[in-house]
Amino acid sequence: MDDLTALSAFELASRIRSRQVSAAGVAEACLARIAALDPQIRAFLTVLPEAALAAARAVDGRIAAGQPVGPLAGVPVALKDNLCTRGVRTTCASRMLERYVPPYDATVVERLAAAGAVVVGKTNLDEFAMGSSTENSAFGATRNPWDTARIPGGSSGGSAAAVSAGFVPLALGSDTGGSIRQPAALCGVVGLKPTYGRVSRYGLIAFASSLDQIGPFARDVRDAALLLGAIAGRDPADATSVDVPVPDYVAGLEDGVKGLRIGVPEDCFGPGVDSEVAASVDAALASLEAQGARRVPVSLPRQTFGIATYYIVAPAEASSNLARYDGMHYGHRTADADGLVATVSRTRREGFGPEVKRRIMLGTYTLSSGYYDAYYVRALKVRRLIQEDFRKAFEVCDVIAGPTSPFSAFRAGEKTADPLQMYLCDTFTVTANLAGIPAISVPCGFTRAGLPIGMQLQGRAFDEATLLRAARAVEREAGVMGRRPAL
Amino acid sequence: MLDPRIVDHVAKLARLELTGAERDLFARQLGDILAYVEQLKALPAEGVEPLAHAVDATNVFRDDVPRPGLSPDDALGQAPDRQGGFFGVPRVIE
Repeated sequence: MDDLTALSAFELASRIRSRQVSAAGVAEACLARIAALDPQIRAFLTVLPEAALAAARAVDGRIAAGQPVGPLAGVPVALKDNLCTRGVRTTCASRMLERYVPPYDATVVERLAAAGAVVVGKTNLDEFAMGSSTENSAFGATRNPWDTARIPGGSSGGSAAAVSAGFVPLALGSDTGGSIRQPAALCGVVGLKPTYGRVSRYGLIAFASSLDQIGPFARDVRDAALLLGAIAGRDPADATSVDVPVPDYVAGLEDGVKGLRIGVPEDCFGPGVDSEVAASVDAALASLEAQGARRVPVSLPRQTFGIATYYIVAPAEASSNLARYDGMHYGHRTADADGLVATVSRTRREGFGPEVKRRIMLGTYTLSSGYYDAYYVRALKVRRLIQEDFRKAFEVCDVIAGPTSPFSAFRAGEKTADPLQMYLCDTFTVTANLAGIPAISVPCGFTRAGLPIGMQLQGRAFDEATLLRAARAVEREAGVMGRRPAL
Repeated sequence: MLDPRIVDHVAKLARLELTGAERDLFARQLGDILAYVEQLKALPAEGVEPLAHAVDATNVFRDDVPRPGLSPDDALGQAPDRQGGFFGVPRVIE
């Protein structure tokens, strides 16, 4: 019998619909693998065996009764633990929300349920999605399935690792500055940050509201397309979700890249990029050219200011969003203070970890009187220039390609002492969030040490279909599909 | 290195109590980060319109139709100090 945990979501959905396997059997296989192997990865903060089996049996019941089921019927999914789940604790990997049980579901969670997906658990993350290694979790770090001495990337490291390790074929993460794409690259899976407004943020616990976007993880591009189709679209509960029709992302996926113009920035293989990463991404570009794509040079002169801009804008928004954690309405409250201000201040001291505190401090500083124009407004002007660079580049190309991360997965503890070094992990990813455009990371090779390498493709707003088609062409030829970590 | 007095001021604005060790650490780390972002000042940006949001949607209206919301029990269910139908808070007025 096939190992059900090795199959794609597409294949599982097909077999479940045709009753070759039961959804309950698939859920059991995933839960068994999680129970056996997650102790060495720690991708999950919460596993939901009873709820998953009940949901899977309900799908089996509908199919047996001949009732219609959704495109993901019976397919197991994992959710980053900053997505609200009614009745299931949602911690953001923070002491602040350790016992928080949301009274409502995020819109993406409702849409997954409508599509028939089976939620098996909630995955680890850097606290409040702030980090690039999943070491900032209050509940312990997640490890990379390809080498458990290394980090999985972050902040959606739990979701990336869960898909990579074969615990689930699909997972959702959130991406504010690369938090889907960078862990996808480091764990050897596909990760897509949709256009800002493509997917409802309702029920995503806010970090930086003008940058946050929910997106899919999968082991191949077709599965990512399937999952994106299930969650995309306008939602009245999120005023920033945009009313643009959702195409069938799977149709057209195999159409190839003949004539596609691939923009390659002059400096994307700069001195900070590991030579093995550069060689692998270059090979993927050559493969796209061999398949009929045309490589065109593009100039993104303000790209190098991305990190500086991002680390003003994102902490500023975070300091405002996280002001709500005052110990009054939900979440932690200190047992050890008198008076309102002392209670709030000590609650926040006890509830937040170091990186969250650092960003609240940074954001409060850059928004404070006397510094607002010099830092925050300045950063917003550069943000405009970065968006302008993309607009100009997309006049001469259809997608922009480069490495997702300058290096492959690094060792646990390697960058924790120096926040700025950790921030520089996001060099190639933050600009898509600042500009609001979609971007995907697709596995394109491995280092000699056997660590995955990801290629990033960025596209025009609401043109995820082209990104997926190009990424499909990359993975088809890169010889990476089906390669799994030895656990 | 950020002046520790500024660190204290910002912590007060953020309603965030810091330990002595955090105060020293953040003075150094925030100083490093702010030194790094200084590079933005080298970029000519006069006359550039600030971009706070990538989607320029304004005034997104919907019809004013009642729909189900959270019940009082759901809304109060996570309160650290629920007092009947209210959120209990520390004394504000001395």
